Amino acid sequence: MTDVNHLLTLLTIFVLAIFVGFEVISKVPTMLHTPLMSATNAIHGIVVAGAIVATVSLFNSGGNDAGMTIVAIAAVTLGAINVFGGFSVTERMLEMFRGKGGR
Amino acid sequence: MTIVFQLLDLVAIALFILGLHFLNAPSTARLGNRLAAIGMFIALVVVLVQTMGVGWWAIAIGIVLGGAIGVFAAIRVKMTAMPQMVALYNGAGGGAAALIGVVEYVVFLRSGGAALDPIVSVSLVVSMIIGSISFAGSIIAFLKLQELMTGRPITYPGHQVVNAIVALSVVALAVWFVASAGALPVWGFFLLLAAALALGVLFVMPIGGADMPVVISLLNSFTGLAVAVAGFEIDSELLIICGALVGASGTILTVDMSKAMNRSLTNVLFGAFGSAGGSEPAAAAGGAPQNVRSVSADDVAVMLAYASKVMIVPGYGMAVAQAQHSVKALADQLEKRGVKVFYAIHPVAGRMPGHMNVLLAEANVPYDELLDLDEANAEFPTTDVALVIGANDVTNPAARSVKSSPIYGMPILDVDKAKNVIVLKRSMRSGFAGIDNPLYELPNTAMLFGDAKASVDALTAAVKAL
Repeated sequence: MTDVNHLLTLLTIFVLAIFVGFEVISKVPTMLHTPLMSATNAIHGIVVAGAIVATVSLFNSGGNDAGMTIVAIAAVTLGAINVFGGFSVTERMLEMFRGKGGR
Repeated sequence: MTIVFQLLDLVAIALFILGLHFLNAPSTARLGNRLAAIGMFIALVVVLVQTMGVGWWAIAIGIVLGGAIGVFAAIRVKMTAMPQMVALYNGAGGGAAALIGVVEYVVFLRSGGAALDPIVSVSLVVSMIIGSISFAGSIIAFLKLQELMTGRPITYPGHQVVNAIVALSVVALAVWFVASAGALPVWGFFLLLAAALALGVLFVMPIGGADMPVVISLLNSFTGLAVAVAGFEIDSELLIICGALVGASGTILTVDMSKAMNRSLTNVLFGAFGSAGGSEPAAAAGGAPQNVRSVSADDVAVMLAYASKVMIVPGYGMAVAQAQHSVKALADQLEKRGVKVFYAIHPVAGRMPGHMNVLLAEANVPYDELLDLDEANAEFPTTDVALVIGANDVTNPAARSVKSSPIYGMPILDVDKAKNVIVLKRSMRSGFAGIDNPLYELPNTAMLFGDAKASVDALTAAVKAL
């Protein structure tokens, strides 16, 4: 990945995504900030995809080291906790929010 | 096939952004969370299909184990413990980012140690450092909020010097790693990992328990950043975009929270606020006994029952006493008599922004009865009774008028503008900021002393008996 153009594309995506994040999040009212925090938390659980990719390259790199396999499994586990826990707890909070007519 | 995968990733990204967008109103928030979860499902299926083959069993173990732990914790956690739960999940994400760095480094060593591409080496080391700080820091934040360790700031002479030295060693080792294109000795790499973890611990230790929500939010944005940088490392737009979204969101929340507490972010992070030796004990003990009027539950019940508009002002004290269900029962009794009941929610009521809304939602209070700071302040002048339950500093009129007060300028609920103010309080102890509250001495204020839950239950019984 030495291609400078490619790096510039990724940087562009990164910067634009930050702006999108600021725009979208600044419209969320304080009332919903706790569920917002746990939902964004779940979204950065996408790191589990990185952990999966890393695990595969570890297995492809040859060598058979139980210690490193455990490290890779731990990375996937932590990422999965982040994803599944984050979305579940947000759902649990939001299902309690009801309007006057909603009951 | 790659094109299909890339398009699916694009769908996932669109679903994340739409999901966050729908989180902007309580009526659509649930849909938003589900859209984001569907996006995550698509993204994960894509990566699993793409990488299927060798090592699948290790990945399966991780996903099943992590999924089970995550869901189990989400079902079991009490709503009052939400801030520390968010801290733990966040730490998990940061830890994953750090371990990815370790795995990729070992893969590089096994490849025979040709020089690392500069983009990969920079992003590997940066995401590992930020992830480690986030992981270790979140665990300390969890321990403080769960009260497994003292919530007071832990400082010692020269702690800032020690922190600075550790931070500088992290930077130095990282520069060495990048400059040598990954060819530094193996101990150097693991020393870097250890130093980054230590920095996370040292950074959160001196921050007081009451400021933890700001820290959690900041660490949330750190993890987002670590994930985005990991995206550069493994060349994944998905990680870059998700990380950037979360980084932006965490930053907004951090700044909002500091503002609502009338503090600068620097003061929160480096001020060791609430440590012994500040104004706290002096103001509480040395101040003249305040001249306050105490009333009985029966008197307050009459006042409430014949009011036309009652504003309930809940604070952290209500959550501690677990009184939200009792408060809801009182509101139901009043509404039965035709009294209009609203709740005034300060941005930092509870232990993090929006936490009080969740606690009241759990007690079945409909969200349209919850007013935010501006809405509530517009209502106070026409409110007959403001019932302050376990809130203190956020109702202190000194924030508006007394220039020398440490909370001067902090946005507050103008409770004093209501016709009558009833303050439910255990004793005359001052609040978190350690400042006397002149609200209690106003002629339209009366105090109802006792445990919040017991007092509210007594009020409900008295209103019922009328």
